[in-house]
Amino acid sequence: MSLDEIKIGGMGASRRRVEDNRFIRGKGNYVDDVVLPGMLHMEILRSPLAHARIKSIDVSAAWAIPGVRLVLTGEMMAARNLAWMPTLSYDTQAVLATDKVRFQGQEVACVIADDPYIAKDGCEAIVVEYEPLKPIVNPMQALAPGAPLIRDDKENQKDNVVFDWQVGDKAATDKAFASADKVSKLELHYPRSHPSPIETCGSIADFDRSTSKLTVYMTTQAPHIIRAAVALVAELPEHMIRIISPDLGGGFGNKVPVYPGYVMSILASILLEKPVKWIEDKTGNLISTGFGRDVYLKGELALRKDGKILAVRMHTDSDHGAFFSDAQPSKFKIGLMHSAFACYDIPAAHLTARGVYTNKAPGGVAYRCSFRVTEAMFFQERMVQAAADDLGIDQAEFRRVNLVHDDDFPHRTAFGFLTDSGQYAKCLDIGLEAIGYKDFLKQKEEAKKRGRLLGIGISTMTEPLGAGNSREYDILGIKMFDSAELRVHMTGKAILRTGAKSQGQGHETTWAQIVAHELGIPADDIVVEEGDTDTAPFGMGTYASRSTPVAGAAVAMVSRKIRAKARKIAAHLLEVSEEDVEWELGRFYVRSAPTRGVTIQDCAFAAYTNMPDGLEPGLENVSYYDPPNLTWPFACYIATVEVDPQTGVWDVLKVVAVDDCGVRINPMIVEGQIMGGLTEAYAMASMQFITFDSEGNCVGSNYMDYLLPTAWETPGFELHEVVTPCPHHPIGAKGIGECATVGGPAAFVNAVMDAVKDTGVRNIDMPLLPDRVYEALTTKKDISGFPPVKTDA
Amino acid sequence: MYPSRFNYESPKTIEEAIALLTKGNGEAKILAGGMSLIPMMKLRFASPEMLVDINNIPNLNYHRVDADGTFHIGALCRHSDLEKSSILAQHQPTLAATAPLVADPIVRNRGTFVGSVCHADPQGDWASAMIALDGMIVAQGPKGRRTIAVRDFVTGPFQNVLASNEIAIEAIIPATTGTRFGGYLKLERRIGDFATAGVAVALELSGSSVIRAGIGLTGVGSSTVNATDAAQSLVGSPLTSEAIERAADLAAQAAQPRSDHRGSAAYKKQVVRTFVARILTEINSTKTKAA
Ligand SMILES: Cc1cc2nc3c(=O)[nH]c(=O)nc-3n(C[C@H](O)[C@H](O)[C@H](O)COP(=O)(O)OP(=O)(O)OC[C@H]3O[C@@H](n4cnc5c(N)ncnc54)[C@H](O)[C@@H]3O)c2cc1C
Repeated sequence: MSLDEIKIGGMGASRRRVEDNRFIRGKGNYVDDVVLPGMLHMEILRSPLAHARIKSIDVSAAWAIPGVRLVLTGEMMAARNLAWMPTLSYDTQAVLATDKVRFQGQEVACVIADDPYIAKDGCEAIVVEYEPLKPIVNPMQALAPGAPLIRDDKENQKDNVVFDWQVGDKAATDKAFASADKVSKLELHYPRSHPSPIETCGSIADFDRSTSKLTVYMTTQAPHIIRAAVALVAELPEHMIRIISPDLGGGFGNKVPVYPGYVMSILASILLEKPVKWIEDKTGNLISTGFGRDVYLKGELALRKDGKILAVRMHTDSDHGAFFSDAQPSKFKIGLMHSAFACYDIPAAHLTARGVYTNKAPGGVAYRCSFRVTEAMFFQERMVQAAADDLGIDQAEFRRVNLVHDDDFPHRTAFGFLTDSGQYAKCLDIGLEAIGYKDFLKQKEEAKKRGRLLGIGISTMTEPLGAGNSREYDILGIKMFDSAELRVHMTGKAILRTGAKSQGQGHETTWAQIVAHELGIPADDIVVEEGDTDTAPFGMGTYASRSTPVAGAAVAMVSRKIRAKARKIAAHLLEVSEEDVEWELGRFYVRSAPTRGVTIQDCAFAAYTNMPDGLEPGLENVSYYDPPNLTWPFACYIATVEVDPQTGVWDVLKVVAVDDCGVRINPMIVEGQIMGGLTEAYAMASMQFITFDSEGNCVGSNYMDYLLPTAWETPGFELHEVVTPCPHHPIGAKGIGECATVGGPAAFVNAVMDAVKDTGVRNIDMPLLPDRVYEALTTKKDISGFPPVKTDA
Repeated sequence: MYPSRFNYESPKTIEEAIALLTKGNGEAKILAGGMSLIPMMKLRFASPEMLVDINNIPNLNYHRVDADGTFHIGALCRHSDLEKSSILAQHQPTLAATAPLVADPIVRNRGTFVGSVCHADPQGDWASAMIALDGMIVAQGPKGRRTIAVRDFVTGPFQNVLASNEIAIEAIIPATTGTRFGGYLKLERRIGDFATAGVAVALELSGSSVIRAGIGLTGVGSSTVNATDAAQSLVGSPLTSEAIERAADLAAQAAQPRSDHRGSAAYKKQVVRTFVARILTEINSTKTKAA
């Protein structure tokens, strides 16, 4: 009798997360928990100004403080050719400022001392003389004629433009617009926000002169990329660099880039020959490390009277801050923005994208997002709702008319992606049924008579998750594949290592489930390890919902290699030829005599004790997996809200989520990912943004001003599922980590916009803080396209 | 968190604490719940040379009502003690409505009522309720005790009249002659956020007539706003809808908000107007139901 897959914690088991055992007991091992003998502490002095020339830096008072071991300035870095470092997007970024500071919070100097208090005192003692320059805080200012040049360090940089890029078919799009019955236009801003993992960034660099080995404990989602970067920047041999990313307290894209603090701690350790620990404080994290979003859209849809979308035209201006340092696939300057409208059948599309430098911290990291798809899907779903309203067509019906049909796969999108699977209309129907769509519309009309404002918002989308394939996706030329290495021990227990790096996703739990599914080894018998470049196989790390699509696929593939070898051993043990051996979960048996069999554990034992002649001993292997395509999960999110016309406060009445992420490895973890994502979506729609005043001061440098929602205000979510297996993934899984963050915000915003529709208001930019909603209601004007802060002059 | 260097003292009596404060000569700070002081030290906005922790002084964690109806809140009474208090719910409707809206549950577990009033944050919720109730602070210094009305106690943003060696021992809410009604409404962007705008209303009624009224406004001025005209307009007549509307308008006029990331000045006035009207309307309907 074959094993019960759920009992052994295989696919489909809502197995409890094994990592939680240590996390909820406070026994996790984060970078800040690591203490090395003789370790020193580093603190960073940051610029108080957004744009200023550095006239002088006097560090003498800092050196005079007992316990201060080293003070680094840009000049000292420059002497070692380390004042600037390359970014993951072919730009350069200052490690320590030499000429100018270009954003508030930029690294100006650092102090290494016996303890962090002394290091902080040292920073306070440094005197920097600045000559203020005019700060530029948005793309409009950056592009204005005569705007000061932010990147005057770059030889050929004549303006503040980072890139000017386009994709799609301009001629076909123009033609479709010319013949449209109606053109629906919308201007939007997706505000700047911060991924804000609870654990900030940090590193401990430990250079050992006697072995020439550099070990760095680091908060990174992509340890192997970091190793490559360190090898290139610090010019150290790659085999002498070991990056260890221990437990991570969240990442959300914030821990993908290379930060100056890492580089400084490494240099300091090399100079001092002692371990140097840098742990960023919360404000440092919020004002200086990888922001997300900050994109302005001009969008247009060409429409036929009956609701058919004929073409889409988009122009985006993205604010990258002072350095273009977010990771993007090198072919696509604005990430996967052109995945917008992938779920709709649209003949023509054209996108122009311009990136600009501003005096803000580097931005544009993929905050729980597969390279700008969050912006893409938000723009898409806001444009779709506005178009439906403009045509006077019901928003659900409008989507139904335009969604790609089940029998149209594989489907080439107007921007050139290939979507391969889905049941879009079914997901929409389940969502509408669950929210009680028809009843709600009646209720809404009733409520209106009594002066109450109810609204319903829908968001449907498919998004490209799991970069690569390596033909199209690389970062700095490194192809976006991933890897898994499996070692089955003599007693049938195993260790699995991958090139991904969990930061809350639960890899230790789910990877073991894939192995259990493929080999019948109980998940509890498999330990999963990630994040140490000396032991893990090379991989591109965890972000862009790529772990299950890529590394997870590698886990399945390596398990199959193990099974293939185990089959040979089984044949040997059963004394039959390999062709006569059949497999069922956990066991090989003789086809003609099913009761004669050996378990996978028997085979493992024999691999070390009784291997057949001519077969290598041992039972281990490694797989590098290069996916043939992205995976395309689909989601339908629907929210209902009530808006208080006197205060602009809106309450969420109900949220329904229908997710199709293919086969679910661990349904509980999938649901957790969706709820987490919806929470972030609600946050983005209602409160979470970081903005800057006209001087370039960051408004939102702490958790009193940067609002993350708590359990108190977060609404409940009702989850539904549809399963359309991914046709090319070995176990049929698709990415899910980011769907709700990506698709969710538009559902909330669309709901509020639906509630205020009668005023003629077509848009309120996120976040929909009550004052903005109230202003729109009373002025009957859109609140579009400018940063959401009002100040008394 | 890496504050500047400081000395830490933990006196066991009020007298000892006063002596330490005197020795500190303006460079010492009282530590109560620490929920305002510690964040400022973390940012090095405050760098006191000495912290005088009053948490180990016995008999300061109380709140009680006297036979004559005077209400006392000791210096170490936490926000959460008040949130859970049945005496408060029974005797002090304005305070009872405020308690669950101060900060978040974690901060409420440590932060103190008296510390909050002393901190004099224009966005502090308790101060508005105290203004509405004509509350007082009892302070003790080297020369003994004195009682100060909260409306005179706060002199500006983050400023009070205490000498550097005076300790606020308790807060007092005077007794009523009529029946107490009250409420507190706060618009916050998220739990634990300071008020975009907050409104505290305290009324005493005799029959259907208002015999005393107080309205305090949170977050709409450089310190807590005492909306005296609005309150005064209610006294002497029943809570008709005209009276409610008039008081709401007067309160909105009294508010002096600034535009900031929580909203525009005009918007904050609108919230004040709406909240005053809502609290008064609610009082009116409770009162009618009770009758
Ligand atoms: C995240 C967060 C959210 C918050 N949200 C709100 C909110 O929404 N509404 C709100 O009203 N408050 C809020 N607060 C502030 C909180 O209520 C504080 O607890 C309170 O304001 C101060 O009380 P404390 O006991 O913590 O005082 P401490 O921080 O210990 O002291 C504050 C100041 O008062 C002085 N002081 C304290 N006690 C005395 C005394 N007995 N005599 C003389 N001087 C004294 C101290 O020296 C110090 O200067 C928030 C705080 C945090 C951290």
